[in-house]
Amino acid sequence: MTELVATTPGLFPLPDWAKSDLADLKGRQKADLISGDESNAVVSTYERARAAVVDDQFDADLDLFVEGQLRWDDMLAHPLTVHDRVEAGRIARYYDNNNFYRDPRVVGELTPSGDVGVELTAASELIDETAPLQAVLPGPYSLADLATDAYYGDEREFLSALAEFLAAEVDAFPDHETLFLLEPSLVESPPGDDVAEAVPEAIDVVASATDADVVVHTYFGALGEKTYAHLMDADVDAFGLDLVADDREATVYNAVEYGVPDAVALGVADGQNTRIESAETLRERASWFTEQVPMADFDTVYLSTNTELFYLPVNRYREKLAALAAAADIEREVSA
Amino acid sequence: MVRNPSNREQFRPADHDAEHFLLTTVVGSYPKPTWLTRAKKLADDSESGFDERALAEAQDDAARLITHEHERAGLDTVVDGEMRRDEMVEYFAHRIPGYEFNGPVKVWGHNYFDKPSVVSEVEYDEPWLLEEFEFTASVATRPVKVPITGPYTLARWSFNEAYDDEAALAYDLAELVNEEIHRLVEAGARYVQIDEPALATTPGEHAIVGECLERIVDGVPEDVRVCLHVCYGDYSKLYPAINDFPIDEFDVELCNDGYEQIDVFRSPAFEPDLALGVVDVHTAEVESVAEIKSNIEQGLKVVSPDRLTVSPDCGVKLLPREIAYQKLENLATAAREIEAELDADEIEIAGPSDD
Repeated sequence: MTELVATTPGLFPLPDWAKSDLADLKGRQKADLISGDESNAVVSTYERARAAVVDDQFDADLDLFVEGQLRWDDMLAHPLTVHDRVEAGRIARYYDNNNFYRDPRVVGELTPSGDVGVELTAASELIDETAPLQAVLPGPYSLADLATDAYYGDEREFLSALAEFLAAEVDAFPDHETLFLLEPSLVESPPGDDVAEAVPEAIDVVASATDADVVVHTYFGALGEKTYAHLMDADVDAFGLDLVADDREATVYNAVEYGVPDAVALGVADGQNTRIESAETLRERASWFTEQVPMADFDTVYLSTNTELFYLPVNRYREKLAALAAAADIEREVSA
Repeated sequence: MVRNPSNREQFRPADHDAEHFLLTTVVGSYPKPTWLTRAKKLADDSESGFDERALAEAQDDAARLITHEHERAGLDTVVDGEMRRDEMVEYFAHRIPGYEFNGPVKVWGHNYFDKPSVVSEVEYDEPWLLEEFEFTASVATRPVKVPITGPYTLARWSFNEAYDDEAALAYDLAELVNEEIHRLVEAGARYVQIDEPALATTPGEHAIVGECLERIVDGVPEDVRVCLHVCYGDYSKLYPAINDFPIDEFDVELCNDGYEQIDVFRSPAFEPDLALGVVDVHTAEVESVAEIKSNIEQGLKVVSPDRLTVSPDCGVKLLPREIAYQKLENLATAAREIEAELDADEIEIAGPSDD
């Protein structure tokens, strides 16, 4: 029997009032972006915004709650851009999107910062054990891909240092049910042969820092065969796969050809389009995948958007959450 | 296939006293006067008593002012600085049935954009730019250029809820752009510029833009100059494909990176006219006339002087207004000095195939 769990990869849009309040408080230029030492006014605005997105998840009735990552001005690069030994460099394009982030330039040893742990603790207090908490981090490979190394000097060493850094962040997390490691770079700029083997090792380093279920979530399309095959070596509980992207047949092929863990996170709702899929459509998309991978006996299927949700206006993001929750609720248990 | 680039001659001012003629122009946007921004805010506030009529008057005043500012800078063709437009996609989406707005989305940091959604087939209703053009033309003593956001960018920078893919949406939008251009031409417009910044981020899709352009220029007379503006990208992925586009002029942003990419356009031969960015819109330092002259000479490596247009790299709206003005004035002065030097045979033209 398969348990269906409605969740998201996080990185929510700021509530509209917080968009304008924070623009007024912080400014709109590169130098005004989050630094890790915000003023009290900024901190309290983010606290109110965090409470609002926790409420959104209560309203939608999701099964797992995220913190929302509203402070992550630089999206997945955030854990580095707030670090003392990282310089926030030039503005760079965020994957193939009309979005931009500060390229983090690592100039010293990456010691634990605790930044993400503080956010999660605050979220955990808001949720107050009424729903399970899901932690979200960039995966080590994507973080390496988004950053510039000016200290470690070697690609594998940099990847390994980022894995140790992320593991140390996880050490500071409050209790959490799941950890989503977002790895879109595995799709967008897959590792070359010299690093490919190091990717599952780096993921294992982060995954071993928690007792929670770890999901390596990939999106912006299907993983290449080689990358997928290497990822099977990672000791994680689930893969997250993009079923919205046009090349989703390749995702089915990978799963049939190389296998898949007993749990899978399916990106069934489009995080980059305002069109709202019905709960039935989301369930059909999930079945489309699970039925074509008959040898797998999934114990858990997470129903999620494929991408982060900050691409959407607030009304549509809320509707996506509701649709995911409704999709998981159609019947709580199904046979895969 | 290029259209009819020689239609540039109609923009040579009657009092132009040099034999050579470098067409000087702008890409479009210009800093709004502070009072216009305040007027807009007042008009958005229903309790202010500042109504839409008052805003329209303020926009007319601003359009007149900036058109004249362009003329005073010495440009051969002018724009009203897009005083009536807030944002290059939103402006058009508000006027096209089929679009709806749901709220702002993040671009970067705390910069947002009301990214619209296409929820049904797009249609042509009221003209988008006719009033803007007619007003500008009525106050201008120089020919007016009309910048229009291109269909590919209108499609890519929207949420597509209604079409099978973005190409299908772009083609439908291209039909609407064609209809708009016909109205503008009927009203006397002779110079239109299609802005496709989205192409810079996905240059692999240039064939879609080519298809759109075929639809855009359908039935448009050859004496109407059609320019395509693509800013800030890897032009090697677009060239030489753009030689097949049905345009008269291709406008590029190259000043920003010091003409690193200029050689991209030297082989094979560049077919449309080249509109070259010769002042940087991302730096508030005003380039000297000498510096701009040397930038103009970069363009002469690609096309002969009779096929060179000079403009800023992109819209100048993010610059302080006095800086924007000084850049345009220096641009026009530099062009006139280069023309005089060309007339006097003082400039050696490298030519596209020489090094």
